Amino acid sequence: MAEQRVLIYDRIDQNRRTTLILLGAFVLLLAGLSIAIGLVLGLPYPYAPLLIIPFLIFAIVSYYSSASIALGISGAREVGKEQEPELFRTVENLCIGAGLPMPRVYVIEDGSPNAFATGRDPEHAAIAVTRGLLQKLEPLEVEGVIAHELSHVGNYDIRVMTIVVVLVGLAALMADFLLRLTYFGAGRRPSNRGRSGGSAVAIVYAVALVAAILTPIAAQLIRFAVSRQREYLADASGALLTRHPEGLARALEKIAADPDPLEVANKATAHLYINNPLREHRSFLNNFFSTHPPIQERVRLLRAMS
Amino acid sequence: MIAVIIVLAVLLGVVVLFALFMLGTYNGLIRSRMRTREAWAGIDVQLKRRASLVPNLVETVKGYAAHEKDVLENVTRARAMLEQAGGAAQAAQADSALTSALRSLFAVAENYPQLRANENFLALQQELSDIEEKIAFARQFYNRNVMDFNTRIEVFPNVVIANIFNFAPFEFFEAEETAREDVQVSFTT
Repeated sequence: MAEQRVLIYDRIDQNRRTTLILLGAFVLLLAGLSIAIGLVLGLPYPYAPLLIIPFLIFAIVSYYSSASIALGISGAREVGKEQEPELFRTVENLCIGAGLPMPRVYVIEDGSPNAFATGRDPEHAAIAVTRGLLQKLEPLEVEGVIAHELSHVGNYDIRVMTIVVVLVGLAALMADFLLRLTYFGAGRRPSNRGRSGGSAVAIVYAVALVAAILTPIAAQLIRFAVSRQREYLADASGALLTRHPEGLARALEKIAADPDPLEVANKATAHLYINNPLREHRSFLNNFFSTHPPIQERVRLLRAMS
Repeated sequence: MIAVIIVLAVLLGVVVLFALFMLGTYNGLIRSRMRTREAWAGIDVQLKRRASLVPNLVETVKGYAAHEKDVLENVTRARAMLEQAGGAAQAAQADSALTSALRSLFAVAENYPQLRANENFLALQQELSDIEEKIAFARQFYNRNVMDFNTRIEVFPNVVIANIFNFAPFEFFEAEETAREDVQVSFTT
C-alpha cells in the first residue's frame, strides 16, 4: 500500500468494502453454524436456518447498544465544555480540521493514560480519554491522541470494529451453544429415523464439534487482523490532521512507558484503546494474537513522517 | 442480418456504458464540489464570528487606551477588508491582515495593566485566539477539499465533463504565514 490517500472519503469507501466482506464472511460462518445446530437438533432441513433469527436479534440489539456498553463498563463519564474546556476545545478544533461532527466526549477517572473511540458512525460517535492522559501528557500530545481517535471515527473504523466485536460475540455464543448440544445431546436422539442414520449422525456430530471449536478462533483472528492494520492508518491520518506527528509519537511512548495498569479495561474492550491497556509479555504467540502493533514500530513510522 | 443486429447491440451497449460512465463522473464531481462548499462554510462561520467580536474588542480597548489610534484603526480596517472580501484568496489575505493587526493590539495591551485585568477583555482575547486556531483547522480541511476537487476536474476524462458543465476550480484559502509546517505522510504498512 504505497498509495497516498489525501481525503478520508477514500478510506471510507475502502472501509465500506471491508465491512461488506466481513459481513459476508460472518454470515456464511453463522449460517453454517445454524445449519449445524439444526442438524444436531434433528430439525428438518428447511427449518434449520431459521435458528439464526434469535441470534440475529441478539446481534442487532448489541450493535445499537455496543457504544453505551463499552463506555459503561469502562466507567466513562460524559463531560461538557464547562467541565473540561481544554479537552473539549481540542476535540472541537480537530473535528473542524477533519470535517467531522462533534462527538460526545467522555472522561474515565483512571490514572493510566489511554483513550478510545466508539460508536457506529460519526453522528453517534464517542471519544473517551482517561484522567491520566490529561494529567501526564502535554497538550500537543493529547492533541495527537485525539486526532488518532478522530481518524478512527472519520474512517468508520469504529463501525467496522463494532460489527466485528458483535459478530465475534455472536459466533462465540453460537459455537458454545453447539458445543453444549453435541456434548449433552449425543445419543439422546430418537433412533426411529432409519438404520443408516448411525454413521451419518456421527459425521454430523464430528463436523459440528470441529466447527464449534474452530469458529471462535477464526473469529478472533479476523478481529485481531482487522484492528491492527487500522492502528497504523489512524496514526498516519491523525498525523496528517495535526501536522505534528511528533506529538502522537511522544504520546505513544509515554503511554507505553507508564507503569500504571488501566484498571477498567478488560479483554472485551482492550482492542478499542489507542494502546493495549493489558500488559502482555512479548512473544511470538502474543505478537500474533495482539490487538495492537508494537509501539516502537508505530513511533518509528510516525518519526519517519516528520 | 444477424451480424447487423449484433453490431447494433454492441454499439448500443457501448453508448449505454459511456452514458453511465459520464453520469458517474458527473455525480462524483458534484459531490466533491458540495463537500468543498461545505468546507468553505466551515471557514466562513469562523471568519464571521471573529469579525463580529472585533467592534466589541475595539470599544473595550478604547475605554483604557483611546490614544492608541493607529493600532485600533488597523484592526478596524482589517475587519472591513474581511467583510468586503470576495473569494477565498482575498478572504485569506484580509484574515491574515486582521490576525497581525490583532496581534499588535494585544501586544500594545500589555502596557495597560487595567485593561489586562478587565474580564471582558480577557474573555474576548481568549475567544479570539480560539477562533484563530479554529480557522487554521477549517482552512486545512477546506484546502484539502479544494486540492481534491481541482485535481478531479483537471484529469482526463473528467476534464471533458468539467468543461461541458462549467466546473470551475476553487481558490485556496492561503494565508501568507503558516503556523504549522507541512508533513509528509506515507502509508508503508
